Amino acid sequence: MADDKRIDEATGTRFVGHEWDGIEELDTPMPRWWLWTFYASIVFAIGYCIAYPAWPLMERATAGVLGWTSEGELEAEMARERTRSAGVLAEIARTPAEKILSNPRLLRVAEEGGRSAFKMHCVQCHGSGAAGSSGYPNLNDDDWLWGGDVATIERTIQHGIRQPGDDGTRMSMMPAFGKDGILTAANIDDVVSHVRVISGQERPSAASRRGVALFSANCAACHGDGGQGNRSFGAPSLTDPIWLYGGDRDAITRTVTNARYGIMPAWVGRLDPATIRMLAVYVHSLGGGEATPAPTPTPSPAPGNGQPK
Amino acid sequence: MASQNDPDSPARLFEARRKIFPRKIDGTFRRLKWAIMIVTLTIYYVTPWLRWDRGAWAPDQAVLVDLANRRFYMFSIEIWPHEFYYVAGLLIMAGIGLFLVTSAVGRAWCGYACPQTVWTDLFLHVERAIEGDRNAQVRLQNAPWGPAKIAKRGAKWSVWLLISVLTGGAWIFYFADAPALARSLFDGTAPFVAYGTIAVLTATTFILGGFMREQVCVYMCPWPRIQGAMLDEKSLVVTYKAWRGEPRSRGLKRAVEGEAALVPAGDCIDCNACVAVCPTGIDIREGPQIGCITCALCIDACDQMMEKVGRPIRLIGYTTDADEKLARSGQPALSPVRRLLRPRTILYFAVWAAIGLAMLFALGNRARIDLSVQQSRNPVWVRLSDGSVRNSYTVKVRNMEARPREVEIAIDGAPGVIWNEAGTRESAGRTVRMRVDADQVAKAQLFVAAPAAGDARQPIRFTVRALDGDGATAAGESYFERPEAGQ
Ligand code: SF4
Ligand code: SF4
Repeated sequence: MADDKRIDEATGTRFVGHEWDGIEELDTPMPRWWLWTFYASIVFAIGYCIAYPAWPLMERATAGVLGWTSEGELEAEMARERTRSAGVLAEIARTPAEKILSNPRLLRVAEEGGRSAFKMHCVQCHGSGAAGSSGYPNLNDDDWLWGGDVATIERTIQHGIRQPGDDGTRMSMMPAFGKDGILTAANIDDVVSHVRVISGQERPSAASRRGVALFSANCAACHGDGGQGNRSFGAPSLTDPIWLYGGDRDAITRTVTNARYGIMPAWVGRLDPATIRMLAVYVHSLGGGEATPAPTPTPSPAPGNGQPK
Repeated sequence: MASQNDPDSPARLFEARRKIFPRKIDGTFRRLKWAIMIVTLTIYYVTPWLRWDRGAWAPDQAVLVDLANRRFYMFSIEIWPHEFYYVAGLLIMAGIGLFLVTSAVGRAWCGYACPQTVWTDLFLHVERAIEGDRNAQVRLQNAPWGPAKIAKRGAKWSVWLLISVLTGGAWIFYFADAPALARSLFDGTAPFVAYGTIAVLTATTFILGGFMREQVCVYMCPWPRIQGAMLDEKSLVVTYKAWRGEPRSRGLKRAVEGEAALVPAGDCIDCNACVAVCPTGIDIREGPQIGCITCALCIDACDQMMEKVGRPIRLIGYTTDADEKLARSGQPALSPVRRLLRPRTILYFAVWAAIGLAMLFALGNRARIDLSVQQSRNPVWVRLSDGSVRNSYTVKVRNMEARPREVEIAIDGAPGVIWNEAGTRESAGRTVRMRVDADQVAKAQLFVAAPAAGDARQPIRFTVRALDGDGATAAGESYFERPEAGQ
């Protein structure tokens, strides 16, 4: 273009050849350091490609002479984290669960550790919020079949419920009253009526009155005379509004006819003691946990420091 | 300036830097620059070493950016991350302050207060002390490398490097306890990031202050472009009064002769003193240009010349565009008051002051205890064995005072009981106590149980009250939710 040759009088600089509203652009050279910076960037980029994984190939990218990988970095970070948390985990494994509750620092760690372990191992049955579903107890409420203080919860997690092959497991079995022919369908109907009366869902009726005697003969041994349940057998209270398998007529009838045999796996051997303890603390912290039963007070000598009080 | 492009040769795409050797000068503005340099550098280097007693639970450094604990201390003020709007407000004030100053007195920031200007100036003084003034520097530059040149350059670069290290070193003291950090720097136990920061800031100070100098102002810095928009015809800019100086009279003798011969002669004797002292190497007589940082050293230089030739000073001076037009037509300049007080400056000042006052007001009234409540949604409610319903909430209590506090959290608006995760339903009451460490946030899971009969969604309020001292309180709102009928 002819315009390219035009020179600005004042500065002696070539015009680029563009004009906007009478303003023309000068072809002012860039400073040399800028050029050097640009070259340095190119050199850096080449060096980077040599040092780090850069070029994608069929299987994976070029390795880079430094041998750095993001997986390796993650692995190193995880290893660092394992060493970092080893101390406090050992402390948790050493400290009885109920002592952890009164130690704010360990409580915090145990709750968080338990929360993440719960997300890994427990949500499949108990749900992500531990609210359970039919057949899987809600761990937020205060109804505990086997006891809800933290040590009891820990034992439940360790040995599970009706876990075959675990000597310490929680074991109990309700007879299948209908299937095994212990009670007739009509008997069962009467018992169900009685149970629904004591749980406040129905008014007393002729059927429920017939059920009273049947209940004391067949059910009271485990569930108690009033149906208040018994934790030694994991027998649920039949008087509260919380039902593991449902409290409607149909569900209770099915339970009495066929019995239930819920199984929770034993975690001892699969999870380390610290994790199990943290799980117990976490479950206890969900708000349904109970206080550890107060120890029977032993009379202790009056505190004295040698001075008369 | 010689032609950068010879039209007959291919265009040069890149230009080597023209080395600039600003001459030493003394005068009013030079002394002002000295004063500002001493004040700004003193503030920069000394501030981290000021102590401020905040008691046992908080650091006793007057100005501290505690990144690890996310606190910002400035004398008696302590800023938490959620109060970052104070810092944002300060930055906005700094921005508007720059607008205000620029529209009133031009690029005063560039000429006097900008770190690039201050450190470049300091480096120039070092250079002159070691290599001599302009002429000696040019001679040294052209001399072949020999022992003398190596010694001088080596000495200069060493002093520059020392200043750079001190500059980079001072910066990190704002981010940690200064005496402790200084000790650990020397015995090698300081964190890597401290050494890294010093290294980076040393490098940038050394390169930008020692070698890039005016190139930073002209090519790298965005401010000149932005400040251009702040300037108007009533802003002060360094101006060569061409109507008084032209035509140039080529030396004193000719000026006298010219006057005798009644040949019109301007006051400019074309001595080039103004060009020689300019740290950005420009000729102000070519008119306003982006390279001019309005440092006014050319004013000092020209004033000296005018005094020597017995002419009125301020042939180069701070003048506004409006005054220049008035002066050309022989009218007196505007009064400084009329120049400074105009809608633009008044507006900038009003906005600036309003933000400042609002911040002061907010600062004076801010609470030092705070509560936030978040309702757990998974599950929203739980039915308890006695038929009542329980909700759970994550409550965070912020204790923004530098001492641990015992607080009590109470529920308001729901007829229920409350307990926390360390407690159980047996220990429930209407309040829960907790301890919040000095300057910390304490988090607690709170459970509230209430009878099942009631609204499906009932407003509930948590109040936190400090059990000591001022009994400060704060409240957080949430809801208590119940199953819909039939569930
Ligand atoms: S022209 Fe004058 S005011 Fe502008 S930068 Fe140069 S010496 Fe400073
Ligand atoms: S210093 Fe003053 S007299 Fe000398 S060339 Fe510059 S404007 Fe002219």
